[in-house]
Amino acid sequence: MYLVRRLMGMLPVMLGISFLAFMLVRLAPGGPFDHERRPASPEIERRIREKYHLDEPLLTQYGRYLSGLIRGDLGPSLKYRNHSVSDIVIQGLPVSMTLGLCAFVFALGVGLPSGFYSAAKQGGFGDYASSLIALSGVCVPAFVVGPLLVMEFAVRKKMFPVALFESPMHLVLPTVTLGLYFSGRVSRLLREGMIAVRNAEFVMAARAKGLSDISVLFRHVFRIGVLPVVSYSGPMLADLLTGSFVVENLFQIPGIGVFMVNSSLSRDYTMIVGLVLVYAVLLLVLNLLVDVAYRWLDPRVSYE
Amino acid sequence: MSETQPASEGMAGRETGMSGVFKRFASRRLAATSAGLLALFVWLVILWPWIEPHHPYALGDAQFAPPGGRHWGGTDVHGRDLLTRMMHGASMSLMVGAAGALVSLVIGVSWGAVAGYSGGRVDALMMRGVDVLYSLPSIIFVVVLITTLESALKQWFSKAFSTEFAASTRFLLLFFGLGSVSWLTMARIVRGQVLSLKNRSFVAASRVLGASHLHILRHHILPNVWGIVIVYLTLTVPSVVLYESFLSFLGLGVQPPQASLGSLIAEGASQINSVRIYWWLIAFPSAMLASILLALSVVGDGLRESLEVRNRE
Repeated sequence: MYLVRRLMGMLPVMLGISFLAFMLVRLAPGGPFDHERRPASPEIERRIREKYHLDEPLLTQYGRYLSGLIRGDLGPSLKYRNHSVSDIVIQGLPVSMTLGLCAFVFALGVGLPSGFYSAAKQGGFGDYASSLIALSGVCVPAFVVGPLLVMEFAVRKKMFPVALFESPMHLVLPTVTLGLYFSGRVSRLLREGMIAVRNAEFVMAARAKGLSDISVLFRHVFRIGVLPVVSYSGPMLADLLTGSFVVENLFQIPGIGVFMVNSSLSRDYTMIVGLVLVYAVLLLVLNLLVDVAYRWLDPRVSYE
Repeated sequence: MSETQPASEGMAGRETGMSGVFKRFASRRLAATSAGLLALFVWLVILWPWIEPHHPYALGDAQFAPPGGRHWGGTDVHGRDLLTRMMHGASMSLMVGAAGALVSLVIGVSWGAVAGYSGGRVDALMMRGVDVLYSLPSIIFVVVLITTLESALKQWFSKAFSTEFAASTRFLLLFFGLGSVSWLTMARIVRGQVLSLKNRSFVAASRVLGASHLHILRHHILPNVWGIVIVYLTLTVPSVVLYESFLSFLGLGVQPPQASLGSLIAEGASQINSVRIYWWLIAFPSAMLASILLALSVVGDGLRESLEVRNRE
């Protein structure tokens, strides 16, 4: 019942997002054809605009777009002629998603143990060492980590391929480059979350009951302390799954992260709105899952 | 948090107000030291333009000079002094970070608290609003914002104010763009916390005693949220600073010859090649950024523990 209501609630949000994105990019000055065939004759430009229905009133265009959307058609790309937005998304999204999932697993696999360790050793040397590493991961950007990794492990040691997207081995360096930042954040969030509940009543009760420190940490402190990480997982996964401009550029990976930046720089209207919608659907579904997980982990939360 | 006081003592601690918080904070040596160092660093950054040995834009013959007597931090591709550029970059990064943190503190916390506490239809409406903004990929939002509004705003500013003011258009847009994407996560996190807090027994007790909603929010719910808020702020600053560096990497952030720590790191990264790496161009700005962020986080830790003297629940 709760799920059904939430799913219904998504429809207006999607409508709002598509409207906002559609209007935002179109009201902005500059158009998709500014940088080509300059100086174009006004006649040519008029024809192109006519072909893509850009000469109609905005609301009519939006209506046309929506009716296409219902049929699953995201429209033609204005920059990559002869390609529809759906084509580009269908080709690129699985690639970005594969890489994103790997990076997500990497982020949790590294971030959760290190955050747990930090919280368990709070205030001690181990805590600060682990915090320093996590923070370094957070503040060294991917465009530094990536080239350094490639230099060391691909060019010098030849352990991994330099670029491209062909075999599991090709995934290793991009995964680390992409996941490092997120693993640092996960580690910090888990540490804070666990420290915040360390002395809560239910933890005291568990300790008084005679549970050992380590099982109190695992079964009670971790369970509630991980909530901030759960909260963060929704947006984090949505970011990861839709690809990263820097990583895809660096490793020549044919995902959709590159299109996110390029289409907004070149005002590829339909492409922008299409990508916004893809991202939005992912995010909404993931956030719904987050809320469900929240209720499952923390019995005190109720949405009724 | 081994020294958490029992509830009664905690109440007494709270009555001493801000001075109590300050005392407890000062008694944490590591946190207090970090705060002192951070403050010192901020002063150094502010005063740097008057004491700098080299002008930040002064070109030199010594390209890529390694760190040494004349240039403590080495020089970059144009022979400029790296240390001076780092100090100017730090001031830019700190300003960007502070702007983002401020926006996410003011808007994010109040939005999340009201939504979580009200619940029901108000919560649904407010959080759907956040969802809509959230679901615009922030990179598209910021890139479109900066590229489209810049020329228009610049023209308007130079007409309405002065050309000098128009030169700062990029900064204003940067602050505005980064601020507008940084408060959303804060709102979600605060709401999550409030949701879990408002069903606890002490809130119900206060309500039975006839406390108003505002009173409950201010005295029972928000004090329990500050911990995660402060911690999240110490995470927002780095993420905003990094975002700026990403924009600089795309050529949309701080414009050369001005610099931020992020753009300096980006510059260093662009010099990486298989023949040799000018390590100081990456290592020094990265180390400065990492130290600032680490100090911030230790301070945040100390603050949280000083604020949060009472047991939860």
